[in-house]
Amino acid sequence: MALYFFTPFIAIILTILGGGIIFYILGFNPIEALKFYFLTPISNLYGLSELLLKATPLCLIAIGLSFCFKSNNWNIGAEGQLTFGAIVGGGVALLFYNQEGFYILPLIIIAGAIGGMIFALIPAILKTYFNTNEILVSLMLVYVSKLLLDYLVVGPWSNPEGFNFPETRQFSDSSRMPLLFEGLRIHAGIFLALAAVMLSWFVLYKTYLGFKIKVSGLSLKTAKYAGFKGKTMILVVFMISGACAGLAGVGEITGPIGQLHRMISPDYGFTAIIVAFLGRLNPFGIIFASLVVALTYLGAETAQIFLQIPKYTGQVFQGMILFFLLASDYLLFFKVKILSLKKNELRH
Amino acid sequence: MYKNFFKYLISAIFLLGFSVNSSADFKVGFVYVGPTGDHGWTFQHHEGRNAVEAAGIKTTFVESVPEGADAERVIRQLAQSGHDLIFTTSFGYMDPTNKVAKDFPNVKFEHATGYKREHSNVSTYSARFYEGRTLLGHIAGKMTKTNTIGYIASFPIPEVIRGINAMTLAAQKVNPNIKTKIVWVFTWYDPGKEAEAAQALIDQGADVIMQHTDSTAPVQTAEKAGVWSFGQASDMQRFAPKSILTSIIDDWAPYYVERAIAARDGTWNQQDTWHGLKEGMVAMGPYNSAMGADLVKEVEQLQKDLASGKVHSFTGPIYDQKGNILVAEGKVADDGMLAGMSVYVKGVEGDIPK
Repeated sequence: MALYFFTPFIAIILTILGGGIIFYILGFNPIEALKFYFLTPISNLYGLSELLLKATPLCLIAIGLSFCFKSNNWNIGAEGQLTFGAIVGGGVALLFYNQEGFYILPLIIIAGAIGGMIFALIPAILKTYFNTNEILVSLMLVYVSKLLLDYLVVGPWSNPEGFNFPETRQFSDSSRMPLLFEGLRIHAGIFLALAAVMLSWFVLYKTYLGFKIKVSGLSLKTAKYAGFKGKTMILVVFMISGACAGLAGVGEITGPIGQLHRMISPDYGFTAIIVAFLGRLNPFGIIFASLVVALTYLGAETAQIFLQIPKYTGQVFQGMILFFLLASDYLLFFKVKILSLKKNELRH
Repeated sequence: MYKNFFKYLISAIFLLGFSVNSSADFKVGFVYVGPTGDHGWTFQHHEGRNAVEAAGIKTTFVESVPEGADAERVIRQLAQSGHDLIFTTSFGYMDPTNKVAKDFPNVKFEHATGYKREHSNVSTYSARFYEGRTLLGHIAGKMTKTNTIGYIASFPIPEVIRGINAMTLAAQKVNPNIKTKIVWVFTWYDPGKEAEAAQALIDQGADVIMQHTDSTAPVQTAEKAGVWSFGQASDMQRFAPKSILTSIIDDWAPYYVERAIAARDGTWNQQDTWHGLKEGMVAMGPYNSAMGADLVKEVEQLQKDLASGKVHSFTGPIYDQKGNILVAEGKVADDGMLAGMSVYVKGVEGDIPK
């Protein structure tokens, strides 16, 4: 069991080694390249704030996904739930354009969570009542939400003074997340992520619902035998997951972006799948994993600025982490034996 | 006060720990929206960077920077790590560029295709691509057999609408029966969507295709279908040698070199640049011999006249789709009108997406 939580570290170490080898092959000094990759981005307060800023949406979404994945529900569409949450939250923000009031931001946050929840309910309802495949439905809905966002920012919601550029007005100050420090971009959204971590730990490990989720994940048949109502649970985990993704979307648009446009998320919803598994679907593991994955984004930027290493190495690093994690798991759960087969055994 | 002191102390310790060698050399940074290998928009900015490098000035670039929350960090990091001049080469970097410029008054910023210059260290620059469109319109009007020109458009912003109008006006001048059909793809770079749009236009009877997007997919689709096409942003001839009649080339190199040297020598000033054929920021690719020697001669003359100012792309009378007059006879559209252009001229089919 201890090994189970230890393998992510092995995976990260192997990734760093693998990265070093790649840098060496590309003709860079591997030690220097790795330093620029993993230390330089967080070598000052601004960098640390950026790391937390980047990790916040990843952590939130991954926490939500852990509920789905733990109960064997494969919600691949967090990106769509994030987008739809941002649309609903952003709609509320635009409704209160040029108005001030303490109640505006909470309303936006709630609207975003509900938006994500509703959008996640679509694959959940289709799965429970029509037996559709939630992987396909949730994935296809990502494109639906992105096209809807495209339509809104180009058409009805576009900034009337913005020369038709595909973006809305800048939200007013009451619609923005308060900044935690002057001059840094880290904002109050991080508390939403931390609250999600605490709540999910409590629900998963201290409540009957959490117990049901875990049992269904380990064995659907057992869950059925125990009399757990599978349908309600599917709806609940999808709603939790969607709400978290919606919150992440709202955090982005009311935080660093401050308006709706087409590029509100660089695929956080998909990257969070890696984060969820790297964190072992454990709330505290996910905090750690979101920081590691966030660092691969920042590192890719610094490595390109200082050494002109192609920025796509960031994606290579994320891929390597997942690959090494799965490989370590394989070696952990299956015993590798080298068998010498006799000739007559081969015939069977 | 104390809070700030500790903040600086902590960051100083961190900085000592892993200090980055930010040398005193003059350095120029570039932020690209796409990959350097897009063979269109970003490719040409990268060529401009290479020219700056060739002029003996150190440069850095970051490619594929999303126009969302990440842009501000990348621009700030470039400013922080000792870059003295930073080119941000996409419209979506407008607000982040101005935000970072406020915090780094000693660093110069140049933002492409935007209109906000909120601080004295921010300049904007763009090219009069519409002059190139006038030449394309002239060629298209002469080359089409079906009198239908297909236009793949990205976003209904003034720059794109200006291009559609300039092309249509020039085509009408040589062929009054011309119709312009438009497909909006709502992306700058998506080879799949661009190819589909090109095919849709060809199916609707367009035998000349042009695009205001960045990939080579439209010209390749045209080559396969055996219709005419034009390269966009970069000389795309090698991707569709038979089909391409010419290309509009964005040549940023002279501007980048000039601005980099000015910034290095301390003569850099805030300005709003809008250069065209005259200054060479807009250039044309080689003309396809299939056009015939006469047409090539005509177009080359028109190119000279546009460059010298003898001919203007938007010379009246110009009517909108409903027949209202936009520019009176004998007048030319001023830059203010061009910058905010948001209606189609007569002869363009369909409505601007709203």
